[in-house]
Amino acid sequence: MGPDMATNTASEGPASAVGYDPHPVRAQFPLLVAPENDQALHYLDNAATAQVPQAVLDAVTEHETRHRSNVLRSVHRLAEAATDAYEGARATVAEYLNAASADEVVFTSGCTAAVNLVARAFGETLAPGDEIVVSELEHHSNLVPWQMLRARSGIVLRVLPVTAEGGLDLAALPDLLGPRCRLVALTHASNVTGACTDVRAVVAAARRVGARVLLDGAQHVPHGPLDVQALDVDFYCFSGHKVYGPNGIGVLWGRADALAALPPFLGGGEMIRRVTLDETTYADPPRRFEAGTPPIAQAVGLGAALRWFAAQDRAGAATHLARLTRRLLEGLDTLDAGRGRIRIIGAPSLAPRLPIVAFAIDGAHPHDVAQILDGHGVAVRGGHHCAQPLMDRFDVAGTTRASLAPYNTDADVDACLDGLADALGKLL
Amino acid sequence: MLRLAEAGAETTHLDSPDASVTVDNPLCGDRVTIDLRCDADGRVTELAHAVRGCVLCRAATAVLADHAVGSGADEIDAIRARLRARLRDATPLPDDAEWQDLAVFEPVAGHRSRHECVLLPFEATLRALSEVRGSGGTAAP
Repeated sequence: MGPDMATNTASEGPASAVGYDPHPVRAQFPLLVAPENDQALHYLDNAATAQVPQAVLDAVTEHETRHRSNVLRSVHRLAEAATDAYEGARATVAEYLNAASADEVVFTSGCTAAVNLVARAFGETLAPGDEIVVSELEHHSNLVPWQMLRARSGIVLRVLPVTAEGGLDLAALPDLLGPRCRLVALTHASNVTGACTDVRAVVAAARRVGARVLLDGAQHVPHGPLDVQALDVDFYCFSGHKVYGPNGIGVLWGRADALAALPPFLGGGEMIRRVTLDETTYADPPRRFEAGTPPIAQAVGLGAALRWFAAQDRAGAATHLARLTRRLLEGLDTLDAGRGRIRIIGAPSLAPRLPIVAFAIDGAHPHDVAQILDGHGVAVRGGHHCAQPLMDRFDVAGTTRASLAPYNTDADVDACLDGLADALGKLL
Repeated sequence: MLRLAEAGAETTHLDSPDASVTVDNPLCGDRVTIDLRCDADGRVTELAHAVRGCVLCRAATAVLADHAVGSGADEIDAIRARLRARLRDATPLPDDAEWQDLAVFEPVAGHRSRHECVLLPFEATLRALSEVRGSGGTAAP
């Protein structure tokens, strides 16, 4: 499944026409099949956290009930099994990303932790006056760590603007890339507008000044497949809980040479090679960056999630999601009825984007809208989505955001639109 | 609630206030600005507000604006504590005729992520009162 929905629209049609039926997929998610209080659940908050299929729950339960142990330290059978499971998950992640080696996969506690790891470790290699390019489109997790680095180290942040359609203004990028630029740290796809980044253009521009490239892939990874070698970036970060895996697990992928050039971030545990009272030498990546007992069961769960997702009809799901996105966009347009009260933040079309639609309703606060939708059994996100600079850019306090996953159905979208009609009646 | 929110949505300002404080709710981006004038005892004599927020935040601001004049920091802090306890622990609101409007927020108790929406104008007001105290006095006429 790819995010470039525009490429899918030519053949789109009813789900049955492309052979994709979301219902068998949905049936694999216990929370969707038997929601709390037996109230119908229309879960459209997938960009915040996706639901977990039974296969992942089973894998975690299997690990915790049969193989629970620490990894890499003991030689008993449980420890060997746990180590196999943990390293097996690393291999699965590498395969999903098409990484050159599993040694390029660092487990973290989440995407935010992965970005912070780079900000700390890569930041150690920078000098005052060195430059990092970020953008207005970023989630706070790919902005605040760099601001903190600026405060610590005296680096300079340069900010790529956003277009009126909610994508990166790549035409402005060359002017931001000077000889002191060391890193371009951008989102692979926006958690608000759904816009996908033209990575090829970013990498080409960054390479011209010798800068490394980091992508925040939190939103893009659930709409893979990914090929980090083809993307030709240096660092790629994502979370497990957005790709049908557990909380508390994330990944920093780094190209071997890029990781090897980084000093450790946290100290202790398996990140050492040799410790004396006078000094410590450090392990090679990825263990150099995995201090302390890692999130073992969560890694096992992430591995199971990626295997589950890779086995789905991802191309069919992409077409299905493009159709649902269009249904949602057209429904919002119908609700607005030309009155200009509903404003899509981002492209109101199926331009290359993820199935994420954020909108502001003039005179209605997104939290109030989301609360009314909750009464209809519809779960959406209301607020600034950890993207306050983007909210400032579009002069809104927040938005209501519906984000779709392959288990969503026409009924989910229609329930959302019905709830919005109710919200408009109550709040305006 | 909607009636109160309508009142809270009205933006007012004070010329040369003793304190003007803006507070953001980090969870949702709501923003409340409170302008205050106080008497020599630190009691509110005039209060103005500007809210960029949800129905709850605007309604809470309206209740606060209706009742804050004549109160000092200790009283407003006590009201905030009672309201917070009601939201978090279902502790009944005191039988206090002046602040009975707060009962309108009782249904919010089951929505933990929205408690701060109700409490935000109280926090802004307390910060403003603290600022007045910190400035060493008031500009009471």
